[in-house]
Amino acid sequence: MSRISGCFARLAAANRKALIPYITAGDGGLDLTVPLMHALVGTGADIIELGVPFSDPMADGPVIQLACERALAHGTRLADVLEMVKAFRAQDEVTPVVLMGYLNPVEMMGYKAFAEQAATAGVDGVLLVDMPPEEADDVPALMQAHGLDLVFLLAPTSKVERIEAIGKAGSGYVYYVSLKGVTGSAQLNTAEVAERVGFIRQHVSQPVGVGFGIRDAASAKAVAAVADGVIVGSVLVNKMAELQQDRAALLQEVPAILRSMREAMDA
Amino acid sequence: MPLSFLNLYKGCYVVTQVDLKALVSLPDERGHFGPYGGRFVSETLMAALEELTETYQRLWQDPEFIAEFDRDLKHYVGRPSPLYHAERLSRELGGAQIYLKREDLNHTGAHKVNNTIGQALLAKKIGKPRIIAETGAGQHGVASATVAARLGLECVVYMGEEDIRRQALNVYRMKLLGATVVPVTSGTRTLKDALNEAMRDWVTNVDSTFYIIGTAAGPHPYPQMVRDFQSVIGREARQQCLEQIGRLPDALVACVGGGSNAIGLFYPFIEDASVRMIGVEAGGLGLATGQHAAPLTAGRPGVLHGNRTYLMADDAGQILGTHSVSAGLDYPGVGPEHAWLKDTGRAEYVAATDEEAMNAFRMLTRIEGIMPALESSHAVAHAIKIAPTMSQDQILVVNLSGRGDKDIHTVAGIDGIEI
Repeated sequence: MSRISGCFARLAAANRKALIPYITAGDGGLDLTVPLMHALVGTGADIIELGVPFSDPMADGPVIQLACERALAHGTRLADVLEMVKAFRAQDEVTPVVLMGYLNPVEMMGYKAFAEQAATAGVDGVLLVDMPPEEADDVPALMQAHGLDLVFLLAPTSKVERIEAIGKAGSGYVYYVSLKGVTGSAQLNTAEVAERVGFIRQHVSQPVGVGFGIRDAASAKAVAAVADGVIVGSVLVNKMAELQQDRAALLQEVPAILRSMREAMDA
Repeated sequence: MPLSFLNLYKGCYVVTQVDLKALVSLPDERGHFGPYGGRFVSETLMAALEELTETYQRLWQDPEFIAEFDRDLKHYVGRPSPLYHAERLSRELGGAQIYLKREDLNHTGAHKVNNTIGQALLAKKIGKPRIIAETGAGQHGVASATVAARLGLECVVYMGEEDIRRQALNVYRMKLLGATVVPVTSGTRTLKDALNEAMRDWVTNVDSTFYIIGTAAGPHPYPQMVRDFQSVIGREARQQCLEQIGRLPDALVACVGGGSNAIGLFYPFIEDASVRMIGVEAGGLGLATGQHAAPLTAGRPGVLHGNRTYLMADDAGQILGTHSVSAGLDYPGVGPEHAWLKDTGRAEYVAATDEEAMNAFRMLTRIEGIMPALESSHAVAHAIKIAPTMSQDQILVVNLSGRGDKDIHTVAGIDGIEI
């Protein structure tokens, strides 16, 4: 069983839901990311989605666009992100790490080289925003051969045939994008999310994580009531933007946001 | 008819037979041109792209739709555009006879309107009340705002802040036409960032909005659809050559940013193996400086804006900033069909620098009394380069994709004159 599947199984047995923070690797400096990952685990992260910065993040709103720009200004490359995961793994063999990003940096590294190096570094899953299953070709088989889960997105616009196909194409979990829009957009409609997640569950056997629009303890709790995982990004990254000049405060306050969500979800 | 070419495929050169019939039949049902093209977008857009593909492919076979499109091209755009024998320029250069395909004479001043007419008709058929567009030089934005005004659709145009500065005239034209121009301040503040922002709008408003992409790039079906709408250029040019000269031309020359005017000219000639096809990219300050926008000439394959194609990217896969004197060519990618035409060897791609384009602008203006857009000036520059190496009975067709009125401020600025 993969580290991700094991994580969801353990949580399910304990009747808990996964809390999944997203941060952009290299935001705030290359040496900040690993300490921040550990701090997030300390305040309740079950899985970490680590963003690979890209110059043209088409699916992201302004908060994560700016985080990408900051990370790139620090010189963060995909190879550096893999090094960060390796360093994280030296102290944490339990928490799954999912790389999330756009296809071109992976395409440039080469799919085989990427799969080998990611597996060696201790990456557990990969989510490539602009690679729908139709364009994945032999990538799923390659990832599987290296023990990596390939996570795909589902959207409010996904039709039932696609939901079924995506459920079969990926592994680990599916990431349900809770609204039509970019990351960090408007509040999500929890009733609608509940209905959609219920529908997805009829067609997909993997755990369902929900992201986009979760910004506080209350929305995290509401989503946790219907999904297997709660994915939180822009609200954390926005706090990181505020505290770029104060590393100590950043390492306190960003994990503190996660703690408030954890407590609300577990209450 | 199969032809032998030296190809670059997946990183290695191989000699293959290219079946020109097969080449013309592309893209395949998944929107692929060889390894290029496709539909690399996030899940939210997949349903809209499937709907658009289905609608487009049905309507493109529908005689009623085609008749409506043709009627608009004739009575609203003013087609057919002339094929003009630039006798004085040809004589001056002392080689090939140069013919200009006068897309600059279209309504709104460039080839862009051929495509926006087609896509706006689709938007109407699908029932979307709002259209969005990205623009670089502003020609596609103006063409979109124009058809939106005519059909009574809401129109929002995304334009990089840097391009807004360079193309103030077109910005005002769009506003007069009733469009909202949204300045894009992210990234390099040029065309690629405007495209990112338009995609973000589309993903948010996908139910109400039709995205009119201005070039033959982006996710399937855009490269095919834009090519088909623009192919009127090549169909007319081919017919006009046969009528006016009695034979096909020896070579076609067109500028390539995203590549819509070039693919529109080239496509109807693909099976005519004797016709050379030459795309001219923006060489900026020179390929060696890195300050250019020539992905086919000096870039590498990758994935951006929904398709796999040649890109300007660094070793880590980050998209590089580009430079060109012409805002319409200032883009790090290119349409996927051009990528495949390059690899198969059916078309050649070269670059012309800012300076060469400026010289061509001045030469055509002074010798023929035709002021080309700075984009089209790149094609003229290459024609000026190769015409003297050809014989006087050879025919060179140059796509004059747009007129230079919008660029007068830029040219004056280079001359140190404030207007």
